[in-house]
Amino acid sequence: MKAKKGDWVRIYKVILTPNQRAPQVPEDTSKVPMELWDKGFLINDTAEIGEEVTVETYIGRKISGKLIAINPSYDHNYGKCVPELLYIGRQVKGMLKDGESDDKS
Amino acid sequence: MVNLMTRVNSYNAVMARKSEIMKASVGIDYQDFESGGIAFDYERMMRETGYSLEEMIKIQSEAGVGNTPLLELKNITTLARKYAGPGKGARIFLKDEASNPSGSFKARRSAISVYHAKRLGYKGVIAATSGNYGAAVASQACIRGLNCIIVQECYDSKGKGQPEIVEKARKCEAYGAEVVQLSVGPELFYYFLMLLEDTGYFNASLYTPFGIAGVETLGYELADQMMKREGRLPDAVIATNAGGGNLTGTARGLIKYGAANVQIIAASVNLKGLHMASDSQFNKKSFTTGHTGFGMPFTTWPDRSDVPRSAGRPLRYMDRYVTVNQGEVFYTTEMLAQLEGLERGPAGNTSLAAAFSIAQAMDRDQILVVQETEYTGAGKHIQPQMTFARENGIDILAGNPKEEIPGNNIILPHHPGLIKAVDLDMLDLRESYVRNCIENTGIKHPTDDDLVFMAADSKTSIEFVKSVIERI
Repeated sequence: MKAKKGDWVRIYKVILTPNQRAPQVPEDTSKVPMELWDKGFLINDTAEIGEEVTVETYIGRKISGKLIAINPSYDHNYGKCVPELLYIGRQVKGMLKDGESDDKS
Repeated sequence: MVNLMTRVNSYNAVMARKSEIMKASVGIDYQDFESGGIAFDYERMMRETGYSLEEMIKIQSEAGVGNTPLLELKNITTLARKYAGPGKGARIFLKDEASNPSGSFKARRSAISVYHAKRLGYKGVIAATSGNYGAAVASQACIRGLNCIIVQECYDSKGKGQPEIVEKARKCEAYGAEVVQLSVGPELFYYFLMLLEDTGYFNASLYTPFGIAGVETLGYELADQMMKREGRLPDAVIATNAGGGNLTGTARGLIKYGAANVQIIAASVNLKGLHMASDSQFNKKSFTTGHTGFGMPFTTWPDRSDVPRSAGRPLRYMDRYVTVNQGEVFYTTEMLAQLEGLERGPAGNTSLAAAFSIAQAMDRDQILVVQETEYTGAGKHIQPQMTFARENGIDILAGNPKEEIPGNNIILPHHPGLIKAVDLDMLDLRESYVRNCIENTGIKHPTDDDLVFMAADSKTSIEFVKSVIERI
């Protein structure tokens, strides 16, 4: 996939390599790099996914990094059905209707 | 000014420039309020750097913030009374802070910070936050015509992001902010400092006097609404506690109204055993704020924040501190939707879950106010958060939430009578605070001023402070 100048893209870069990390981080964290993701309009004329590029962020700041997505979208959602939650509404509504609870422990 | 070309940006070099960067980016010389020891002049800092309550109400109302509804939760109160003894079961009220422009009480904090930044001539604002505060700063920056950058801790090393934080990024971007997303680790602060230095923007910290004083209107407003509605003040107000600003500001606002005797209760989600800076544990939690991982350290040592002296000093005002488990808050979130017709975000319902339990021990004619709600949406809702938990190996079951192990399972109460707020030992917390003062400053022989300060900051007495120091 090729991005062209002005395309809205997502970039990635490593801020600190594992050996540059702060001394106080827990062991598992110290073994991985500190990474960054940002978005902006591509400044390079063209670029392939994986290439080093410079972008202008929405507020106009310039930042460089590896091109990882063109026209990035959000993929968070309302999750899957969690059947374990389904009793709650009936239970509390039922208790109000009955005027008493089945268990007071 | 440091020359851009010669500036060294290693972790240690940037951290060494911390105090000059802070001074330039918040416009406060904290040195003015220092005593040279443990003590600093907290009240003078709040007075001289902040705004009066009247000014804040005006600043907030011109930006659409505040004046949120105070709702009586009649059905939840009725349900709680089923588990209360004779004559027991306080009325539960809820301050619907989700009605603020960015969907949470954080709009109150950002309204003042952003107004102040604009007044001082800054071109933009930066905030380091993965929470609702980011959306609040982005929204207010938009209203006041400033640029905004939000720095989030969002992903683990596998690039897996907390759905709630991803949603917060979306919301900030919806207001035209730039969102810088980082992987897990305290070095977020390092990058944040570099951004402040590079842009010359204002640090819209949660912990400046503006960030805290902005919440005073919440406490003031709820007291006023209660007086108008019921002709009396509430008996207790419960606030979800993380960095301490929510509780501090609310309590100060109540005091300014003349409601100094209202009991102030803090509530946090119990995340005992999970390390906040751990890459592998980052996605094992289902709450990204309002939990003990922030609440405990900030209560016992408030000056760990991103400014030299935090204006959020919760122990000064806290009468009681309780925890609830993740499963209890999820259950309560569903209960609020299904009994009161209010679908709100889970994290903001931490204090409501605790209130359901606490009200049962209060008298029937007493009033307990839950002082916030937050917006809900994709990612920031019980279903995606529990789906995410399951994908990260967390078991979901119904049972007794007392047995919940954070990072291992989420236990929804088998019935609402199992929702039990657990009290933390206040004397322990107050003692830890004093110990931290001594240990973190290295001052072995505090002055009289220091003793007075520690007594006020821990809501104890000089005798208590002295007795703790003797035992160190």
